[in-house]
Amino acid sequence: MTALADIREGLRFDPATTTAFEACRMAQLDLALEDPRIVSVEADLGDCWGLKFRESLPDRFLDFGIAEASAVGAAAGLAMAGKRPFLNTFGTFALMRAAEQVRLDICYHRAPVVIAGMFTGIAAGFSGPTHHAIEDVSVARALPNLTVIAPADALQAYDATRAALEHNAPVYLRLGVEPGPQVYAGHDRFEIGRGRVLREGGSLTIVTCGVTIVPEVLAAADRLGDVRVVDMPTIKPIDRELLRQSAERTGRVVTVEEHSTIGGLGSAVAEVLAEDAPVPLRMIGLPDAFVKEIGDYAEQLRRHGLDAAGIEREVRAWAY
Amino acid sequence: MVNDLAEKARMLRKHVVHLAADSPGAHVGGSMSAVEILTALYFDGVLRVDPANPSAPDRDRLIFSKGHSSAAYYAALAEAGFFPVSELDTYKKTGSRLAGHPHTGIPGVELATGSLGHGLPVGVGLAMAASADRSPGRVFVIVGDGECQEGSMWEAAMAAAHYGLDNLVVIVDRNGIQEDGPTEEIMALEPFADKWRAFGWATVEVDGHDVGELSTVLHEVPLTWGRPTVVIAKTVKGKGLSFSENTNTWHYGHLSEELKEQALRELGGVR
Repeated sequence: MTALADIREGLRFDPATTTAFEACRMAQLDLALEDPRIVSVEADLGDCWGLKFRESLPDRFLDFGIAEASAVGAAAGLAMAGKRPFLNTFGTFALMRAAEQVRLDICYHRAPVVIAGMFTGIAAGFSGPTHHAIEDVSVARALPNLTVIAPADALQAYDATRAALEHNAPVYLRLGVEPGPQVYAGHDRFEIGRGRVLREGGSLTIVTCGVTIVPEVLAAADRLGDVRVVDMPTIKPIDRELLRQSAERTGRVVTVEEHSTIGGLGSAVAEVLAEDAPVPLRMIGLPDAFVKEIGDYAEQLRRHGLDAAGIEREVRAWAY
Repeated sequence: MVNDLAEKARMLRKHVVHLAADSPGAHVGGSMSAVEILTALYFDGVLRVDPANPSAPDRDRLIFSKGHSSAAYYAALAEAGFFPVSELDTYKKTGSRLAGHPHTGIPGVELATGSLGHGLPVGVGLAMAASADRSPGRVFVIVGDGECQEGSMWEAAMAAAHYGLDNLVVIVDRNGIQEDGPTEEIMALEPFADKWRAFGWATVEVDGHDVGELSTVLHEVPLTWGRPTVVIAKTVKGKGLSFSENTNTWHYGHLSEELKEQALRELGGVR
């Protein structure tokens, strides 16, 4: 067991090979060893990095089988009775299959359940569209009382998991499935609702979030030059002040996300800018279509222009 | 005592009549069929709840999953002392907390219900937590029979048996009629008791309008240690009023002044 207080002294895991979801699972176990209220609610996907929790705390690893409606409802009930459930499943199953249970049982009652969504975006490249979640942020953002967080790497995912527990209200963590390149150097206190400027520049601002996408944006920005990059892990509530300030300082904004451009980060940014600081805006993301071609993750990102070269190309075509 | 309970049931029915007449309307049929179930739970010492302290940690929790039948539920909560009986007059009026479907802003309400099939999964979670914490608090969930067509009911029924939740009790208001018609014509549930037994539940069928019989069973739960209990209460939709019994016509509706007077006469005087 690693005491949470010691974590800032070093890395909890190898960020190069650890997925955000795996890091979230590790955080859940570390937190659970300190907090007896924590339980893991499962829907038959516990073998996705959950086995250590099951071995360590079998009585608090509650599997509902392939039954998301009942798993989500029960997670809400457990939370109402004083437990602190982490609900671990694929993003699409939690937010879409069991959407109404998330809406009523968790969100309406402000039941402090942390929904940890894996296989989000198109990272499940070979699994096909049933396993993609490209509309989950749209659904999650529309639900009152639900905080929506898409960490940029495994380290941030670990830290955000702790913050989500401390938040004491419903949270959706969007965690991908592939180990993306490291963005942050070490563990840090994750502040819900705060974006972070990763790179300064004056000609435009790119606002982005999520595993793999943030590093691809950083690489694109290096090629583009005078570009500000903002990591916006909390999609809701979004950092309005940082968006307004970025728009005023750079005059143009681009958003990049591994999600449909309907209702995701780009929409959230557009909503703020339209009201607070109207500037030209370009939304880069997935089209309003199912991703039917299978392929490995890197190939999928390249095909949809979400790799560094594609982002650079799109920004140049629009802004230069 | 039994006479007191019969009188209490009669009073709840009169409240339902007033609510259905003095508001845009109410789910009369499902409210009337659930009256004795609520009477046994709240007025015959089954539920260990304290209206003065509705959030007591080790209380029993009642989830009223057939939330559309709120008229009877609110009448029972008011008569039990969770809020003043006079507040019933605000039912479904602008600014009132007594909405058509119950929510947690109302004292005594444990879960916002109305979208069917939600109560049992949440009840499973509550019962698991109570069991893990060795709390004496039990979880009772009142569901409609039509509600048992929801898949989430059976997902949760499976989980409750799997985890051996003998602190969980489901009471089915088996009135046999849903909004569109008889359950057996719309989407057959029979053999209903066999389904629950096959899912691993201790299952008992009772006359859902016999408070004494309901009460005896509910005081005895769990019927089998290590298993959840389901009480299938055979009831009559719209029970107590000649025009609403055994029909889906009064699944929902507004009572005219004339029907209200007739209903109150049939129930024996005004409230």
